[in-house]
Amino acid sequence: MKKLINTPEREVDEALAGMAAAHPDLIRVEEPNIIVRKDAPRPGKVGVISGGGSGHEPMHGGFVGLGMLDAACPGAVFTSPVPDQMLAATKAVNGGAGVLHIVKNYTGDIMNFEIAAELAQAEGIEVASVVIADDVAVKDSLYTAGRRGVGGTVLAEKIVGAAAEAGADLKTVTALCQKVQDNVRSMGMALTSCTVPAAGKPTFDISDTEMEIGVGIHGEPGRRREALRPADEIVEMLVTPILEEGIFASGDRVLAFVNGMGGTPLIELYVAYRKVNEILTGRGITIARNLVGSYITSLEMAGLSITLLKLDDELLRFWDAPVKTPALRWGV
Amino acid sequence: MSGALIAGWLRLAASRIAAERVHLTELDAAIGDGDHGINLHRGFGALEARLAAGDFATDAPGPLLVLAGRTITGTVGGASGALYGRALLRAGAALEAWPGGSVVTSAQLAAVLRAAVDGVAALGRSRPGEKTMLDALVPAVVACEAAGATGVDVASALHRAADAAEAGARDTLPLLATKGRASYLGERSIGHLDPGAVSSALLLRALADAAAGGA
Repeated sequence: MKKLINTPEREVDEALAGMAAAHPDLIRVEEPNIIVRKDAPRPGKVGVISGGGSGHEPMHGGFVGLGMLDAACPGAVFTSPVPDQMLAATKAVNGGAGVLHIVKNYTGDIMNFEIAAELAQAEGIEVASVVIADDVAVKDSLYTAGRRGVGGTVLAEKIVGAAAEAGADLKTVTALCQKVQDNVRSMGMALTSCTVPAAGKPTFDISDTEMEIGVGIHGEPGRRREALRPADEIVEMLVTPILEEGIFASGDRVLAFVNGMGGTPLIELYVAYRKVNEILTGRGITIARNLVGSYITSLEMAGLSITLLKLDDELLRFWDAPVKTPALRWGV
Repeated sequence: MSGALIAGWLRLAASRIAAERVHLTELDAAIGDGDHGINLHRGFGALEARLAAGDFATDAPGPLLVLAGRTITGTVGGASGALYGRALLRAGAALEAWPGGSVVTSAQLAAVLRAAVDGVAALGRSRPGEKTMLDALVPAVVACEAAGATGVDVASALHRAADAAEAGARDTLPLLATKGRASYLGERSIGHLDPGAVSSALLLRALADAAAGGA
């Protein structure tokens, strides 16, 4: 293992200390390892929090700030945070209007957020939860834990955060988050594995001539392993299953999100975006907004994911609204 | 079942998890995300440190289990932290609800284990046969209940429960995972042991050994 760390045990704590030092105008870091918006709680504003294992930076901590999350709870690398963190974050951002938990669909995240929500409600804080499950690589059936929450989470956090900033109440914010979930789909692929620092070796073995189609953001297996192909063919393999979901039709406007997994350079993401644009244009679908970059990563894994969100005027308005966080900034 | 036995069990469990952490992590790497041993070791290590530091100002078994449950919930993370924490909290609550707050008969022990395992099943929305820790825990409770009905002593009942848990963990090998991260693998999960079932059996064997040692 070759990593720019001191020790695996201290990596998360030291990264949080670095974030706090880098962005004191936007965030503060509090015990037990939560990243809180500098001016939280804001009286009368719905609090929006999320959380998950570390190793996906900038998600979620990089999205704390004006117009996005009020707090983020990072767990150990690829391990869900604990209820103590979500409870502390919920209390730290509660301005009296309730708190929304945005939860990615992983067994550990679901259980730990559920326990935290029970504890917060017992303390008199109104809590709502929405589960993001947008990864079309996983069959959504009784025989799986259900679809994983991936790229759609970033878009949900931006849009929902903007609505909360504009003063929407908890019921409205929750319904909006569910609307994003209902209209967003993603799929990813990997060229190389990632290495969890505490494990010390690659999560999976993959040769120089292979790729994993449908990979998760923890290096979980996807739909299939196959021979490496040119970028255009890879993009086809990811966009086609998303379009087969029956959500996107000719005449629709979408937000297209081409996301790097952590080890893929921006030049390759633009090669992919070019093809995404070509495919969607050919189908009569308009890319009204886009996001290209590495925002939900899997440590140093090379690869990308593609996310499409069907837009309407409401989603477009909240996407365009001002945001000022360590990782996303516009309009301010 | 005294507070000293509970503390002795938790210390024994912590040392066995430390010894088995690489094995548990390897089992998890095959069908999950490869951190089961790492996470349990972090949590049980924290629990051991708090016991050694005298952080838990109680000798009563019920409150001790509740404090242990909070520690595990707050330090392990992932699904296993939530589930083992819930099991300890429910076991502690069951003990606290009784006059005297302790287990005297194997029938009482069975009721405590049942409360713990029902808590795991409810939080995980799972049942046996889905390749999870319940495949070790439920046979253990059933064995303990059978032992309780015949009136054997607590140590013997725990021994049978641990045997049943180990058999249950072995029997996860051919199962298809339908819960947790292993479910993403579909049929590729067949032929591997479930790491949660293996760690559940480890914890119950440690409890049986602690009880047999008269701790």
